[in-house]
Amino acid sequence: MFKIVYKKELSPGIFHMDIEAPRVAKKAKAGQFIVLRVNELGERVPLTIADFDVEKGTITLIFQVLGASTMQLSALNEGDSIVDFAGPLGQPSEISGSMGTVVCIGGGIGVAPVYPIARAIHEAGNKVISIMGAKTKDILIFEDKMRAISDEVIIATDDGSYGVKGFVTTALQQLVDRGEKIDQVTAIGPGIMMKSVCDATRPLGIKTIVSLNPVMVDGTGMCGGCRVQVGDEMKFACVDGPEFDGHLVDFNNLMSRGRMFREQEAKAKDHVCNIGLGR
Amino acid sequence: MALVLEKHKMPEQDPQVRAHNFQEVALGYDEETAVAEANRCLGCKNPQCRPGCPVGIDIPAFIGKIKERDFDSAIGIIKESSSLPAVCGRVCPQENQCEKNCVLTHKGESVAIGRLERFVADYQLEKNEEVKPIEFAPDAQKVAIIGAGPSGLTCAGDLARKGYKVTIFEALHVAGGVLSYGIPEFRLPKDKIVKREVENLQKMGVTIEVNSIAGRLFTVDELMGEMGFDAVFVGTGAGLPHFMNIPGESLNGVYSSNEFLTRCNLMKAYDFPNHATPIAMGKKVAVVGGGNVAMDAARTSLRLGADKVYIVYRRSEAELPARAEEVHHAKEEGIDFKLLNNPVEIIGDENGWVKSLKCIRMELGEPDASGRRRPVAVEGSEFELDVDTVIMAIGNGPNPIVASTTPGMDTNKRGNIIADEETGATTKEGVFAGGDIVTGAATVILAMGAGKKAAAAIDEYLKSKKK
Repeated sequence: MFKIVYKKELSPGIFHMDIEAPRVAKKAKAGQFIVLRVNELGERVPLTIADFDVEKGTITLIFQVLGASTMQLSALNEGDSIVDFAGPLGQPSEISGSMGTVVCIGGGIGVAPVYPIARAIHEAGNKVISIMGAKTKDILIFEDKMRAISDEVIIATDDGSYGVKGFVTTALQQLVDRGEKIDQVTAIGPGIMMKSVCDATRPLGIKTIVSLNPVMVDGTGMCGGCRVQVGDEMKFACVDGPEFDGHLVDFNNLMSRGRMFREQEAKAKDHVCNIGLGR
Repeated sequence: MALVLEKHKMPEQDPQVRAHNFQEVALGYDEETAVAEANRCLGCKNPQCRPGCPVGIDIPAFIGKIKERDFDSAIGIIKESSSLPAVCGRVCPQENQCEKNCVLTHKGESVAIGRLERFVADYQLEKNEEVKPIEFAPDAQKVAIIGAGPSGLTCAGDLARKGYKVTIFEALHVAGGVLSYGIPEFRLPKDKIVKREVENLQKMGVTIEVNSIAGRLFTVDELMGEMGFDAVFVGTGAGLPHFMNIPGESLNGVYSSNEFLTRCNLMKAYDFPNHATPIAMGKKVAVVGGGNVAMDAARTSLRLGADKVYIVYRRSEAELPARAEEVHHAKEEGIDFKLLNNPVEIIGDENGWVKSLKCIRMELGEPDASGRRRPVAVEGSEFELDVDTVIMAIGNGPNPIVASTTPGMDTNKRGNIIADEETGATTKEGVFAGGDIVTGAATVILAMGAGKKAAAAIDEYLKSKKK
């Protein structure tokens, strides 16, 4: 069993949890993820590692309540435990000291998984410009954390309630317009956001890394449920990724496959609501 | 006593009923039938059955005890050689192994060795006896096993009985490997059989750590270094699904057999939404392939409510790699065999879902190097099979995570670990391997045989190291 040692609702429906998993914390690197199961009847849910603390032996998860499993997870409190927690999984981000200027883009809850990557890029001695996107000011997360490890932070809100009015691509365009020399973009967020970022950087020839979020079951390479089309090749996001060259990813297929279980997901949510979160 | 030429029949669920439930198809012998079947055994002085068993069970001896109704002794004899008799009695292809050379096959049918093994194993599980824990010496050497499938469980059981402290590291949240995620409930009940056989190993003194992904959480070098293990056995299986590389394999409604069966068996998606894992599928299913996994996926589809299920296989019935019994069961349940057909494309609708499977007819040409007649496409014979779900069951390769993080342990060009056939020794000292990760996808009992041989070799190795 894996104990929840800290819980906080960052903004409505978005939760921060620290889970006690010392072995995982010891091995975790930026860019990796874990798979958890809330209870004995639960499904296996992949979540990107938002932070890790070797001394405390904890892994930080940031998740948004979207369906049955995240609803059940959010109903647990400090001191409660979840049954399964496996990781670290996936390839760590490729980070070196000679990356130059890297623009790290986090859309919505995608800011959480961008954070450890941006931090590692920063710690390696590169210049980090972070772009954080949110629908509105109220649901912005991790602002202080991002500011602490970035040379510059640009915030974009869809409604203009904070920072630049518009999408993360609006902010990116401003950087380009002011003549900032960008060596790499790392973008994490909803499929449609990552696709827009790639569409923006492709004509400019800026290397763009995305972290994909397909449906997963085992997370260890044994089922291929997370397969994505990258260039001419079929890749398994759980073992070959989750990070890929964004200019080669077939985002339309990724987004279509993300809808494969939509009917069942709605049914599962109803079920969990009816049985009172299964606790 | 007159020779009884045929095996005593094992009762089965009616095909019309069982095609819609996940309960076990074969119901097992009762005591009287088991004794009557045991009495068919001639107790040969030079038994031909025993060499056919990959773990070398003393078959005439245990059957002799059944004749005497001494079932406790019978299971005792089996357990000297096999850690998982309730599993093997169910899923071994006995017709190619122990039962193949039974002397009775010259006149009629072999003794039903598998059914008798199953009977005594179930008899013991039902008695629910306390398993006696092993008392380990304070200076017992430690062995790490990577993977809790048939080879790892067998290796662990044998080593524990020899007095070694064994820890199994399993990536998934449940032990059993293919026994838990692959073989369906209706052939191998999970709670009643697999879980209890695993629990018995634990009671004996084997430690199992689930959620532990070797190659990510720790490396083999770390196991042998700071983690203090004296030897390592790698039994990680063949769990990397192959796809055909034809257009349309990324459409919604296309699964690997591994994903489909894992959702159903391990995650119990057939009990959705009580169990949270879903399976999204339609009413018309094509399963591509002709092995046991294809049969399992096809029969599972029926039980999940499909109206029409096809097996699409590029060779003819004679070449089907699946067990004859499974093919027979599949046909009884109404699976439609589209033989000598090969998929060339999966066609999708405007929403990105499977609409049909485009196949081409095949005919058998000249025999190839393996002696099997090679299927050749009949030009211009393409046609569309009207399906909404496609399951690819064309085989699995080795998962590279452990090998790629273990310097000094060599693999062949297919990615299988190179290991000595008799000892399982790899090219890295102290590291042994066996089962599907070495041979490629094979059978449960061959993996168990490999685990057994490796346990003996590890014992030798550690004894010599201690001196």
